[in-house]
Amino acid sequence: MARGSYIEAIRQAQMEEMQRDERVFIMGEDIVCNVFGTTTGFTEMFGKERVRDTPISENGFIGASAGAAMVGMRPIVDVTISSFLYPAMDQIMSIIAKSRYIYGGQARLPLVIRSCLFYGNSNAAQHSDRPYSMFMNMPGLKIIVPSDARDMKGLLKAAIRDDDPVLCFEDSTCWSSKADLPDDPDFIIPLGEGEVKREGTDISVIAVAGGVPIALKAAQKLAAEGISLEVIDPRTLVPLDRAMILKSVRKTGRAITVDPAHQTCSAASEISALIAEQAFDALRGPVLRVATADTHLPFSPAIEKALYPSVDRIVAAAYRLVGAEHRLPAQGI
Amino acid sequence: MTHRPNDLGLEKYRRMMRIREFEAVAEAIHAAGEVPGSLHTYTGQEATGVGACIALRDDDYMVGNHRSHGHPIAKGAALGPLMAELLGKVTGVCKGKGGSMHLSDFSVGSLGETSIVGSGIPVAAGAALGAKLQGTDRVSLCFFGDGATNEGAFHEGLNLAAVWSLPAIFLCENNGYAVSTPVSQVVSIPDIADRAKSYGMPSAIVDGQDVDAVEAAVAEAVARARAGGGPTLIEAKTYRYAEHAVNMGRVLRDRGTEVDAWRERDPITLYKARLTANGTSLEAIETIEREAKADVEAALAFARASDYPDQLAAFDDVFVDRLPIPHYLVN
Repeated sequence: MARGSYIEAIRQAQMEEMQRDERVFIMGEDIVCNVFGTTTGFTEMFGKERVRDTPISENGFIGASAGAAMVGMRPIVDVTISSFLYPAMDQIMSIIAKSRYIYGGQARLPLVIRSCLFYGNSNAAQHSDRPYSMFMNMPGLKIIVPSDARDMKGLLKAAIRDDDPVLCFEDSTCWSSKADLPDDPDFIIPLGEGEVKREGTDISVIAVAGGVPIALKAAQKLAAEGISLEVIDPRTLVPLDRAMILKSVRKTGRAITVDPAHQTCSAASEISALIAEQAFDALRGPVLRVATADTHLPFSPAIEKALYPSVDRIVAAAYRLVGAEHRLPAQGI
Repeated sequence: MTHRPNDLGLEKYRRMMRIREFEAVAEAIHAAGEVPGSLHTYTGQEATGVGACIALRDDDYMVGNHRSHGHPIAKGAALGPLMAELLGKVTGVCKGKGGSMHLSDFSVGSLGETSIVGSGIPVAAGAALGAKLQGTDRVSLCFFGDGATNEGAFHEGLNLAAVWSLPAIFLCENNGYAVSTPVSQVVSIPDIADRAKSYGMPSAIVDGQDVDAVEAAVAEAVARARAGGGPTLIEAKTYRYAEHAVNMGRVLRDRGTEVDAWRERDPITLYKARLTANGTSLEAIETIEREAKADVEAALAFARASDYPDQLAAFDDVFVDRLPIPHYLVN
């Protein structure tokens, strides 16, 4: 087992699954040139039939992945930046999410659509989206949001082996993070299983994607003050490990949800509603959301970063829940 | 034109008659309130569907659109599950989940009859890509209307198929109208087939009322695709006799004598005359007509006798595994 980055985990997951199963192939814009480093060496290993550069036609090639999947292939589509999913909404929502259902189970669509959450680095509003929650609102799409390199490898391999369509959202704030990457070619993390990233007793922090490392830092900081956070990473948003979330909240009686997406209708909102509906009796305070303000992301580094979840905002939310109001800013988190 | 042997000629006639009879019954039971939702009939376009499908092998792929009844029948599907689908029954080809706009029978190579205009085109290109990657000589044929050729999906799908030299046949059933809008009002060139030039793709224009002409054009495109020669765009000029959908409730366009002119060149009448002229006995033709009627009646009886789906079936086939059932539906 060697250490490897989040990007390297993507590369290994794809490589191992392409070696294991010749039905797996990858296509997308500039795959051969390998812009982000997730397909290093692939053309030499697998040839240009299985490593395909596409025209800039997201609706066309994402739709083509559906057709190829229906006839027995297992495509991986690399859409690079998640905002580029929008031109393909027709194929993702009307074809990929619904074909199995509308044809009464006759279709099977084993495909993975990968894209990164490219925020926090002065790329302005059109390139900085975190759109997974939009897709949570559409039945028929599984969604993974790995927060570290090990999870990325295990979840992406599971996604490629899954017989349903899976959207993989890759958080660019995690790209350089490293973890021990298992060598076992059958190492997978089943979709729908969350993980307790840090055990704690006072507050459950359910964090998504790049929110997880921030929550872990907040937990470390608060531990020094005697406040114990339990950090839960659902890892998969669809299906969601509701049992793990509720079990943790029933133990701690307090909950904060952390999500880099815009707050309204976010994963944080959905998880908060779940807790309010199903663990209300266990709660000792409100469920608090630490998400991104409902404005666009500005280009200027002077004003972008403060809009996202941060260690300080999670700490402030925790103080509010454990009664340390004197340390809080007057309003909000 | 070289004519196929008479038995295949009769098969074309049989499939066209099955579509005609199916649609007649579908309209009647829809008018009687037996079919929920909308109904988009294929009557008048029989020769395009049958001519195209008769040029395909059973294991070739096909993708269609919201005007979905004719395509599976043309490709050889059984009628009972199609009719049952119109009634929303569990024995329907889509188990009652799709309805009139989605009569897709995967057992005859269909990969969907999709009701978002143009959306099947990238899917068909992808099936062709799959066939190519698998090293088979299967081809993938996509039916779509004139309206679809103004969608981005049309341009993206055709370009992709062309640059990858995919074994795909794009068959535009130009019936003259996108719902109520005449094609001349929204396409700035007389022939949609000319759009193929933009992709360096061969094209053909055929008389969509002539089943043999459609078959010949598609057969040529299929042969080219199987041999690795890439995709073709075929424009079949045809016509639908009914409104866009039969329950739209008002006449959306003033057709004047237009329908009558097209009925003069009805694809079934034309083909019947050709068969007769080629020596097919009237008895053989009438036997096919009787059988088509009887088959559709049997399909309707099957559909009516079938059950509706169980409520919990609403949670099947979102994914391969059934979804959890919400508490308000658990007894």
